[in-house]
Amino acid sequence: MPATSAPSSGRRTRVRAVATPWLFATPAIVLFTLFLIIPIGYAIYLSFRGFRIEGGGAFGRRVQTFVGLDNYLSALTDPGYVAGLGRVLLYGVIAIPSVLGLALLFALLLDTPRVRARGFARTAIFLPYAVPGVIASLLWGFLYLPSTSPITYLAERLGAGPLDFFGFPALYFSLANIALWSGVGFNMIIIFTSLRAIPASIYEAARIDGASELQIAWRIKIPLVAPALVLTGLFSVIGTLQLYSEPATLRPMSNTISATWVPLMKIYQEAFMNDNLGGAAAASVVLALGILVISLLLLRFFQRRTFGDNA
Amino acid sequence: MTAAAHHRRRPDARPRPRLALIVLLLGALYCLTPVAWVVIASSKSPRELFTTFSFAPGSGLFDNLANLGAYGGGQFWQWGLNSLLYAGLGAVLSTLVSAMAGYALAKFRFRGRQVLFSVILAGVLVPGIVLAVPQYLLLAAVGLAGTHWSVLLPVIINPFGIFLCRVFAAAAVPQSTLEAARLDGAGEVRIFGSIVLPMMTQGLVTVFLLQFVGIWNNFLLPFIMLSDQDKYPITLGLYTFLGKGAGDADLYPLVIMGSAVSVIPLIVLVLVLQRFWRADLLAGGLKA
Repeated sequence: MPATSAPSSGRRTRVRAVATPWLFATPAIVLFTLFLIIPIGYAIYLSFRGFRIEGGGAFGRRVQTFVGLDNYLSALTDPGYVAGLGRVLLYGVIAIPSVLGLALLFALLLDTPRVRARGFARTAIFLPYAVPGVIASLLWGFLYLPSTSPITYLAERLGAGPLDFFGFPALYFSLANIALWSGVGFNMIIIFTSLRAIPASIYEAARIDGASELQIAWRIKIPLVAPALVLTGLFSVIGTLQLYSEPATLRPMSNTISATWVPLMKIYQEAFMNDNLGGAAAASVVLALGILVISLLLLRFFQRRTFGDNA
Repeated sequence: MTAAAHHRRRPDARPRPRLALIVLLLGALYCLTPVAWVVIASSKSPRELFTTFSFAPGSGLFDNLANLGAYGGGQFWQWGLNSLLYAGLGAVLSTLVSAMAGYALAKFRFRGRQVLFSVILAGVLVPGIVLAVPQYLLLAAVGLAGTHWSVLLPVIINPFGIFLCRVFAAAAVPQSTLEAARLDGAGEVRIFGSIVLPMMTQGLVTVFLLQFVGIWNNFLLPFIMLSDQDKYPITLGLYTFLGKGAGDADLYPLVIMGSAVSVIPLIVLVLVLQRFWRADLLAGGLKA
């Protein structure tokens, strides 16, 4: 604060200094409150509400009341919902390591000196990022569908029977493949960019000592990009457990995907077809808590490993 | 490029890593094949689609395009325009809101700053699903569900965008520049508009691109909010298209044509804007 300013203008400056950041943050705060905090609060409120029949017999009225943990109990004991959670976990166990593993592999290869066609490969692998999940599912759906699939076509020419991409356990890999195709490029770019940020001088000593590129990648590069891996892993977990549009899009092509195949499909059905808002809210709170717990565990686990002693 | 200069100084006699090249090319092939397939398949007549080899071009390109355009009285192009409106306007507004909040969090010391930042950061972890159903109910209560606003308003707030803008404002906007402008008597709004925003351009392009693609790809929100097909974005339109086509193989060529048409502009956008894209902003995010 300039010492020369008169007291009155000094106070105005101070008021301005206090108010300015809040004014700049106001649109964000208002929208954050309207579209995040209030909906979350409302979802939690709804999850404790339900309909009870009051009166009795033919004259009973449906009245919305507080039902305690009933909605949570019925969600967690609903075999359809629990099976959906299991499917999403199985899918995640296949999809997340494949996406991150291949993204890391491609990023390391892009960062290897003297490799040709790096610019082309980088752009080509990043390209599916621009394709919406629904359309990616449509594309792969047609590549899986026996009547249009070039893979089945080739397999039949080679004398193999028709391939079933929608059976068990193939369906999980078919879905994970869509996630891999859509997600590998974006994650690759993030990891690659943090590889580029490592000063080359770090590798010089290792190269002079005769370390191979493989050893450099394993012992120097991967530990140094660990924060980027944690970030991409976190986003992958959050995205994966909310699986919806891929199975929903593939559903008309196959009869192995039920209308409640994943938790989100179940939630949608409860909310909009069965008019069970409380049940849908409880199921989404459970899913969100699950995602939050897994994210925080991952973050805690990797932060300790990544940042070692100072954590 | 220091690496290139370095190589010139000490030429490397070792052979170029062939295996790395092969793996990268396989990755590229894997990523390009479905796109190539849909572009080729879009040229096939309904009969050719199920009888000829997948990667052989067909003869129905213009018929398919005409049929697609004619479907439902030009509904497909309406969906494209809707997607452009939602993604374009939504991403612009979202970037502006994020830039303002990120600037406030990065460049001002005020009471409550840390709390505000922590709350917004926690918002990054909130899965869209807990929000979608209550957002619908609340918007329905004020009569906005089913309107363009119901798809546009919720996507303007982007906690990750605010987080990125804060990181970027902290790095790109020197405090001394702000002090100098204030001494010259510039108002805070003017400082933001004519000094801060230009300095943050690169970061803002990244935030815009992320949000544009995010909104364009979003499915659940419009799926829950909208019932009038004329307001659908392209993803939702194609989804309902396929649902109808399940029993009707004649619709398949239209779905495929629609997919091809909707993929191409986005790919062009990403290729053109790739150079402005600051992925280091994302990579550096966690360290901050």
